[in-house]
Amino acid sequence: MVSETVVELSRWQFALTAMYHFLFVPLTLGLSFLLAIMESVYVMTGKQIYKDMTRFWGKLFGINFALGVTTGLTMEFQFGTNWAYYSHYVGDIFGAPLAIEGLMAFFLESTFIGLFFFGWDRLSRVQHLGVTWLVAIGSNFSALWILIANGWMQNPVGAYFNFETMRMEMSSFADVIFNPVAQVKFVHTVSAGYVTGAVFVLSISALYLLWGRDIAFARRSFAIASAFGLASVLSVIILGDESGYEVGDVQKVKLAAMEAEWETHPAPAPFTLFGLPNQETQETEMAVKIPYALGLIATRSVTEEVTGIKDLVAHAEGRVRNGMVAYELLMKLRGGEDTPENRAAFSAVSQDLGYGLLLKRFTPDVVDATEAQIKQAAEDTIPQVAPMFWTFRIMVACGFTMLLLFILAFYYTSKRQEHQTRWLLKFAVLCLPLPWISSEMGWFVAEFGRQPWAIGEILPTYVATSQLTETDLWMSIFGFVGLYTVFLIIEVYLMVKYVRKGPSALGTGRYDNETETAGVPHYA
Amino acid sequence: MTMRPKLRGFHTMLDYETLRLIWWLLVGVLLIGFAVTDGFDMGAAMLLPLLGKTDTERRVIINTIGPHWDGNQVWFITAGGAIFAAWPLVYATAFSGFYWAMLLVLFALFFRPIGLEYRSKQESARWRTNWDLALCLGSFVPALVFGVAFGNLFLGVPFHFDELTRPTYTGSFWALLNPFALLCGVASVLMLALHGAVWLQMRAGGMIESRAQHYATRLGPVLTVVMLLAGAALLFFIEGYEITSAVVGDASSNPLSKSVARTDDWFANFDQLPLLWLLALGAITLPVVVSGLAKAGRSGLGFVASALNIAVIILLAGATLFPFVLPSSSDLASSLTLWDATSSELTLTIMFWVAAFFVPIILAYTTWGYYKMWRRIEPEMIQRDSVSHY
Repeated sequence: MVSETVVELSRWQFALTAMYHFLFVPLTLGLSFLLAIMESVYVMTGKQIYKDMTRFWGKLFGINFALGVTTGLTMEFQFGTNWAYYSHYVGDIFGAPLAIEGLMAFFLESTFIGLFFFGWDRLSRVQHLGVTWLVAIGSNFSALWILIANGWMQNPVGAYFNFETMRMEMSSFADVIFNPVAQVKFVHTVSAGYVTGAVFVLSISALYLLWGRDIAFARRSFAIASAFGLASVLSVIILGDESGYEVGDVQKVKLAAMEAEWETHPAPAPFTLFGLPNQETQETEMAVKIPYALGLIATRSVTEEVTGIKDLVAHAEGRVRNGMVAYELLMKLRGGEDTPENRAAFSAVSQDLGYGLLLKRFTPDVVDATEAQIKQAAEDTIPQVAPMFWTFRIMVACGFTMLLLFILAFYYTSKRQEHQTRWLLKFAVLCLPLPWISSEMGWFVAEFGRQPWAIGEILPTYVATSQLTETDLWMSIFGFVGLYTVFLIIEVYLMVKYVRKGPSALGTGRYDNETETAGVPHYA
Repeated sequence: MTMRPKLRGFHTMLDYETLRLIWWLLVGVLLIGFAVTDGFDMGAAMLLPLLGKTDTERRVIINTIGPHWDGNQVWFITAGGAIFAAWPLVYATAFSGFYWAMLLVLFALFFRPIGLEYRSKQESARWRTNWDLALCLGSFVPALVFGVAFGNLFLGVPFHFDELTRPTYTGSFWALLNPFALLCGVASVLMLALHGAVWLQMRAGGMIESRAQHYATRLGPVLTVVMLLAGAALLFFIEGYEITSAVVGDASSNPLSKSVARTDDWFANFDQLPLLWLLALGAITLPVVVSGLAKAGRSGLGFVASALNIAVIILLAGATLFPFVLPSSSDLASSLTLWDATSSELTLTIMFWVAAFFVPIILAYTTWGYYKMWRRIEPEMIQRDSVSHY
């Protein structure tokens, strides 16, 4: 077995590379649709300014896209390099959506992105518009398949354990695709991407309006972003709520940790708006509660209970004991005692095998675990509550701030006063980091809340890694973080450079500062 | 958990054994697709400092691959995903075992998307030369490592499985860099550099065309010599592998249920299927043919011949190893073959139909994309419209 440190470092490496990757993905998801909308307006109205908008925002899109591709490469191969046992154990199911993502989404997105940038004078207007839409559709398909894969990690449906191959195998592809967790996560995530794109365009347009430059260009961009953003942010929040319901249904532990629900309350449970969760005493200090709210969100009823952490641990303990029996039978089956009795006995408890594997951390043989180790394994099924509690609340706060921003932006745009409403423009600029903060927090809640499982209730993270050394891991983490940080600095530098250039970067001669060589424009 | 699925309807059109064979071919198709498409942009980028003397010339080279490199790279990504889906044990064992080789490839590949996209976004000459170097190395290193990895497959790799089928690699990164594997690495670099040179002869204008022709004319014979050396090494020095137990093509994927022995050489398949000698002949003659066509100025035909050359070399390597995919030198029975390292029958079936549906569509729109962008990139185009180009 590998050391605890190797497991910890493997988790750090995955978390870091995934979170870096997701700095670029949501903007690609959102901006690609905004580009398609802008270009549609161009093709329908024939107004040059909309083509210029598509090309300018497209330049910023390209700067971001390059790093999305770069950091995405890692994601396709990292399961094999660092999570070898995971790859073997669930590759039969998990590999399929990744391969389909390549065939259905990446080819589409990547083939047409080249034509988007280089095809302006090689394609007819309608052909180019089609290309832009296919880029947007391709990037969204990619999100679909990756969330089907991720949804399966959270809620592994449509699969069974095959003791002969010592892995999970697919029993229903339809169940994997139509996994309710995957479906809500997909819409929640792509909508968050649309919001990211909208905030990006809105904030930068607001900056131009504050600077008093390229007014016509900025106002049109602002208007499209505010409408698209309002629709998207509503979708994020509604699907986020739906996501909460699905989590309450299939991942009771995650919900309890997010909400610091130590006890099972009589239905309907209150929602803890604020408080200081304390893992040691299993209490939330200084809690501010809203009656009924959690019960309504999580169960859509006033009569169903939301199970608390203490009850969930007790339940887990029973499953750990069952898992030990399953492990013992598995060893018999694989050790030559493949009898019908053993098969029948194993299939009766095989759903708890993963709980048995939780004991691998304490004793390699599993079956000789002590009472204390069993209790500890059960305790381990609960993630750290405080980080879950806080990251979730930060995400929600960012979400509602952006809702407010888009309501105001949309309202003032409809009144044609947005360009003169300076406080709104400043608010829009200040909101620029929010979509990234909330996306990263959201992924933290989803994945940290999955612990101690790599695959929910099937495969503990502890046994999922590759057989690497601590030195390997330290060096590779250093390599990834070092390279990614350099890349990120370069990306932000170029992004700022092109934002400052504004539409004059197109060299059309139609925009402000075209004649200036180095132009940081002055405030108007 | 549900019970083992029953396959019905069109699922039963192909049995497990046939599916496993098809997936071996499909992985081959994806690897060939990768080497033929991404191969020319890697080759062109490797030659960037050699062929492009001025900034405009380098931009000509970069802009011949500008619209296509990203789509090309997806062949690599999809090959990775397909190996995960169809051969999970291979994905797990090879990528964790070849940990540093794999990371080296990734770290190198990182510099391509960024290099291409960012290089011309700054005027500074130093900025641009640095990115040119990054693009060159970012293409050279993966080409080398892929060849080295393939070479090590022939030698066998030290790994075994424990009682939970957990793969453990017991070799080191440095052990991968043995003479035979390095020779294969050189072959891989030459193969892609030749491919890139013919591509540039076909698609780049100005001085680049004639300089590319110069390289395309000379790289082919060198590749032939290296291929002959590798072939001789295989014939005289390197032991092969064979399955000594009965092969059950539709059994559950459990590599440990077979027995494997070392043999004198890897040429058993050639005795079984003499047609393979034709592939071998192709692998040593086609590079010279490519160079001949390049010299005659027939770059279009030369590019087709070069693509064929790549396909022949990859097919030859795969067919020689058949049915082995990843032989283990330290625990022979742990060797992974296309019969015992695959996904379940259901997953292979589903993925087969998905691939059968999407690959023709991908080929269709990729072809359309190349058709639309097909022209020789001249230095004047870059100078005339600097902001629209890489």
